[in-house]
Amino acid sequence: MNKKINILQSRAFLTLVSIVVGFLVGAVFLGIMGYDPILVYTTLLKGIFSRPRFLAYSVVYATPLIFVGLSVAFSFRTGVFNIGAEGQFVVGGIAACIVGIFVDAPAIIHVPLCFLAAAAAGALWGVIVAFMKVKWGINEVLSMIMFNWIAFYLSNYLVDIPAIHSDGTAEASKNVAASARILLPEGMRQILAPTSNYGILIAIVFVVLVYLVIEKTTLGYELKAVGFNKNAAEYAGISVNKAVMTAMAISGCLGGMGGAVHLLGMGERISLFSAQEGFGFEGISVALIGASNPIGVFFSGLFYGALKYGGGKLNLINAPSEIVKVITGTIVFFIAISHVFKITRRKKEGK
Amino acid sequence: MPENRDVACLLQNKEEEDLAKVRSVDLNTKVIEMKGIVKKFGDFVANDHINLTVHKGEIHAILGENGAGKSTLMNVLYGLYRPTSGEIYVDGVKQEFDGPGGAIKSGIGMVHQHFMLIQPFTVTENIVLGMETMKGITLDMAKAREEVVKLSERYGMAVDPDARIEEISVGMQQRVEILKVLYRGAQTLILDEPTASLTPQEIQELIGIMENLTADGKSIILITHKLKEIKASADYCTIIRLGKYIDTVKVEDVTEQDLASMMVGRNVTFKVEKEAQEPGEVVLEVRDLRGYDYRKVEILKGLNLKVRRGEILGIAGIDGNGQTELVEIITGLRKAESGSVTVNGENIFNARPRTVFDKGVSSIPADRQKHGLVLEFSVADNMVLQNYKKPEYQKHGFLKRNAIQEYAREAVKKYDIRPADSALKPAGTLSGGNQQKVIIAREVNNDKDLLIAVNPTRGLDVGAIEYVHRYIVEQRNKGKAILLVSFELDEIMSLSDRIDVIYDGHIVGSVAGKDADENTLGLMMAGGTHHE
Repeated sequence: MNKKINILQSRAFLTLVSIVVGFLVGAVFLGIMGYDPILVYTTLLKGIFSRPRFLAYSVVYATPLIFVGLSVAFSFRTGVFNIGAEGQFVVGGIAACIVGIFVDAPAIIHVPLCFLAAAAAGALWGVIVAFMKVKWGINEVLSMIMFNWIAFYLSNYLVDIPAIHSDGTAEASKNVAASARILLPEGMRQILAPTSNYGILIAIVFVVLVYLVIEKTTLGYELKAVGFNKNAAEYAGISVNKAVMTAMAISGCLGGMGGAVHLLGMGERISLFSAQEGFGFEGISVALIGASNPIGVFFSGLFYGALKYGGGKLNLINAPSEIVKVITGTIVFFIAISHVFKITRRKKEGK
Repeated sequence: MPENRDVACLLQNKEEEDLAKVRSVDLNTKVIEMKGIVKKFGDFVANDHINLTVHKGEIHAILGENGAGKSTLMNVLYGLYRPTSGEIYVDGVKQEFDGPGGAIKSGIGMVHQHFMLIQPFTVTENIVLGMETMKGITLDMAKAREEVVKLSERYGMAVDPDARIEEISVGMQQRVEILKVLYRGAQTLILDEPTASLTPQEIQELIGIMENLTADGKSIILITHKLKEIKASADYCTIIRLGKYIDTVKVEDVTEQDLASMMVGRNVTFKVEKEAQEPGEVVLEVRDLRGYDYRKVEILKGLNLKVRRGEILGIAGIDGNGQTELVEIITGLRKAESGSVTVNGENIFNARPRTVFDKGVSSIPADRQKHGLVLEFSVADNMVLQNYKKPEYQKHGFLKRNAIQEYAREAVKKYDIRPADSALKPAGTLSGGNQQKVIIAREVNNDKDLLIAVNPTRGLDVGAIEYVHRYIVEQRNKGKAILLVSFELDEIMSLSDRIDVIYDGHIVGSVAGKDADENTLGLMMAGGTHHE
């Protein structure tokens, strides 16, 4: 009996229920709009699973999302709300792009250099915001939203500089050097997808790293203590300001890496933005669906990436690909309210 | 019990003064009768067949540990909760209240522990709020004021009808709350922990007021876990333990010891066993300390104190006289303006919490959930909150989980933290008393030269208080210096070797613990003159 309740209340189960509900709500909307939900969903699933190439594409789409998901999840676990992963993603991309274009080195050095630059840029973007928070008490959510726009226009400005701008007609930067790319060998890409890359392996390494930092290290212990109860942490002698800065640096670093993996994997260059690409915000959904757990984020990133890729196929049957956003939005909504229910129930029982 | 004698003595004087008002309980008139009250929350039974009978003119105490179900029962009576089963009779008529409105209409009034007054309004405005007398379409405040004055004179409750709530003392605010209830025609008053924030003098005044009220035929239900006040004021006492009705006793037939045993279900010793001991060298010295509170108002105005080895220094005082800020400054959470603070001769003035800790200060914070614990962390993780970087608990930045858990298991066993397997449970799932034991285990194990304890037993029941006191005295006997800050005068008096009284940011008096008596301390706590 008790075991049954435990399973019913476990996060994994709630997530699964939320996913089912998400698809049901999506079906209702499709029905209202006059589409056949079964046809749409079969197309979606076929678009993801019917060929190895489709699956490979899903993984390519998922890789940067896993990074931003990790970035946001890390911030959630340490008590800051990184709504600025979008900006960190963009500056990470810029940094990787510049190093990718201008540095001439063998791949074994070039690729790590690009990632290092991206991580540093993302970390800097996070730390500036954290600094303003601890120094002047500026709410991090507001400044991060602004920093997203600063990153956006900075990127567009840089892409327009002649030295960086593409020599061709494209409104984009030059392509990064081949030595900076992280594509799989030609033969494997012919079987999988043209943009299949090592990014997913790097993502797995970082999932493990983030897990270790959060769960096993004194650093993670400190950051979590501050995240849960900064008063108690301060009382116990942990420097709250330092912890907030460190947490935002690490979170920003992961966001920046997401930008790099996207660029060096499938992007190749930075295009002029007309609107925010929304990776940072998708990262919030990925983190929520993954219950802010690094391993959960890995799978929710794959799930989200697959839907994002498969959703594009819906245009083939003239169904709106936006339905994918309805589904993911509903899932996030239900995951959020299931926690609310759990909390209120716990409170009631407590009394 | 020596401290009781003073109260009894004072009471006697009081009674002599008020000889004209002889109060008597009318045992033939039952004003409140609750029969077999059951209240469940889900599977949890908060009240399990509780009976309560209150007669006209009676002060009836309800005694129980934290979470025993006292408040639930009163909320049922006041109409806030619907009972799962059971019956309520008011003046012999069966009632089913939909909300407090019904209860108020049938003559039940409740004074909550936390006052519900509007600070910028005057006393009169607060009392008549919601029941204003009208003259045409305007308020007739003159008439309202007159009624308030009449009511306050009738029951001997001195209030200034024109003062704003923010200007008056806590004791007077409480009288306003009582007047508010009387103004609404209450015959039975429920007082929820009414003495929690009062000085001893104010408590005496409150007891006098309760007697005046009952002499006039009102009945009072007094919710408390302070045995002394029950002995001093109540006629009958109903004891509840773990949601179950234990007994209703005539207060004059039982001792405090009996009441305590019935409340906890085992024998409890009040007396803190403490051998006389010559204090050693000074550990903590605070000199001419000045500092501001969160509103930037100067709250410490040149405070001096010393705590020696093997000595418990108690700081007695009413909340808000600077004791909170004093402790925050010593522990590094707040910056002082000027002065000096040293531990074992080393300067820790305006040092960071980590430095203070390293120099030999550990502390049991006043707010265990805000400062003491990370509720989401396991008990084990909380046990190493200051020490996680020590080589015992980490290697190359990786926590040694097994060592931490082993350490926590030992502490859980030694300090009787319940449940017995709580080492890996989130601290937030433990009861308040056991959360406090976790903090005490941690801070006592830190074994620093100075232990600061702020309200270490607040909200705990007598059983848990006994443990806490034992550990504090144990540290003292080991030659540690203890700074005890508490709003409970009894606690200060029974534990301290020396008592400093804090008032308005100064230490206004210092007495040896064994010579302390409640009245002199109370006078000093109120600023040297009799309060009001």
